Amino acid sequence: MEKQVILNTKHFELTLNRLCYQLIESHNDFSNTVLIGLQPRGVNVVARLKFQLEAILGKEVVCGNLDITFYRDDFRRRERPIIPSVTNIDFVIENKNVVLVDDVLYTGRTIRSGLDALLAFGRPKKVELLTLIDRRFRRDLPIQADYVGKAVDTLISERVSVEWKEIEGEDKIVLYTPEANG
Amino acid sequence: MDNLSVEHLTSIKDLTRQDIELIFKTADSFKEVINRPIKKVPSLRDITIANLFFENSTRTRLSFEMAEKRLSADVVNFSAASSSVKKGETLIDTVNNILSMKVDMVVMRHPNPGAAKFLSERVDAKVVNAGDGTHEHPTQGLLDAFTIREKFGTVEGKKVVIVGDILHSRVALSNIYCLQKLGAEVMVCGPTTLIPKYIHELGVKVEHNLRTALEWCDVANMLRIQLERQDIKYFPSLREYSMQFGLTKEILDSLPNKIMVMHPGPINRGVEITSDVADSSQSVILQQVENGVAVRMAVIYLLASKIERA
Repeated sequence: MEKQVILNTKHFELTLNRLCYQLIESHNDFSNTVLIGLQPRGVNVVARLKFQLEAILGKEVVCGNLDITFYRDDFRRRERPIIPSVTNIDFVIENKNVVLVDDVLYTGRTIRSGLDALLAFGRPKKVELLTLIDRRFRRDLPIQADYVGKAVDTLISERVSVEWKEIEGEDKIVLYTPEANG
Repeated sequence: MDNLSVEHLTSIKDLTRQDIELIFKTADSFKEVINRPIKKVPSLRDITIANLFFENSTRTRLSFEMAEKRLSADVVNFSAASSSVKKGETLIDTVNNILSMKVDMVVMRHPNPGAAKFLSERVDAKVVNAGDGTHEHPTQGLLDAFTIREKFGTVEGKKVVIVGDILHSRVALSNIYCLQKLGAEVMVCGPTTLIPKYIHELGVKVEHNLRTALEWCDVANMLRIQLERQDIKYFPSLREYSMQFGLTKEILDSLPNKIMVMHPGPINRGVEITSDVADSSQSVILQQVENGVAVRMAVIYLLASKIERA
């Protein structure tokens, strides 16, 4: 397995910072906007964005976590059932601007499930998508992100892993490429 | 270990502790789902479930149907009273006829013990036992333990007494297996005639005095006297039974601990439990019903994930 760092700690930080300012550009003071992270890994992005946004704005930014397990389209197409994570949305999304947040946008199927799951909580005014990594040209569904940390060109056999200081010990994004055979 | 070890849910006896914990963890998520504005998820869109009730039921049947519908499964209902069973059709024939209409899962209640296991060995569908005679009622055992876990945080080490008609109760047996697998201590309490002779071999304590039992326990599960299954007289009169084994507010208030009171329903108010106890703050009877839907959703979801895709 070959390893290539796409974003190192410094660029990781800069990217998150840029995303925060892009969000502020379209949502001003976040009075009618909420961030919702998709379980399991989008939650980490939201936690960091919330921290930085609140430092910049000096006010609370409303955030939640959404689990999409029961909305996936690959139920019974996997070996094992997917064990659900926690959904934590203790506010009303009716008529709010919602920014869905995930770490990697790949086939778009997770986001499709996320949209379905989100609509079970009400009718938002507008839904946008933020993703740290966009594996472009790899979509199965017509879904694009509004805010992108970094777009990368990848092969299907490759894997993108977003690593966090809180979990893996260091902020970085790594691209794993399997060794070519023969 | 992130899948059930069984292909059907016919009894708690067959489940492992990991299975039960997996069901509970999944049920936690479904409990959150059924408290949303839109209480429905699309997971089982392509699954059809038949509810076969060869015996009367309101709660269990509604609860299963609700669980199935909230998972977006297609549901067909069948009750023996209005069917060809009365014309002499056998169980296997009835079920195979229903299955040839392409049904993926069968939820069955039947008056004969072992009916669910019998069926699971002979038909090509997942089988969920919704009560087989006096044998087991696994989803009730699960939801009772789930309710205890919700209230106390854990089932491990809790003391649970099951009071009443243990002899005819499928709820008692499922509860005993489920609670013991999760590390609780179980006692049964009732008149000698309604306690099976060898029940102590399951590792449960036996007590014939209600007060002693209640002083020992953290949770009391009060069972109904199943008059419809009693072909001979097991005690002189209902009035005498309720004098000795009925839970009243006076007894409840005189106990050193504030115990939790459960009842699987249907309640015979004034027999095994008085109205003021059933409606008191210590009773969790309606929480049990709410949890029933979440637990059944979890069981159906986990079993359905094992159905092979065509």
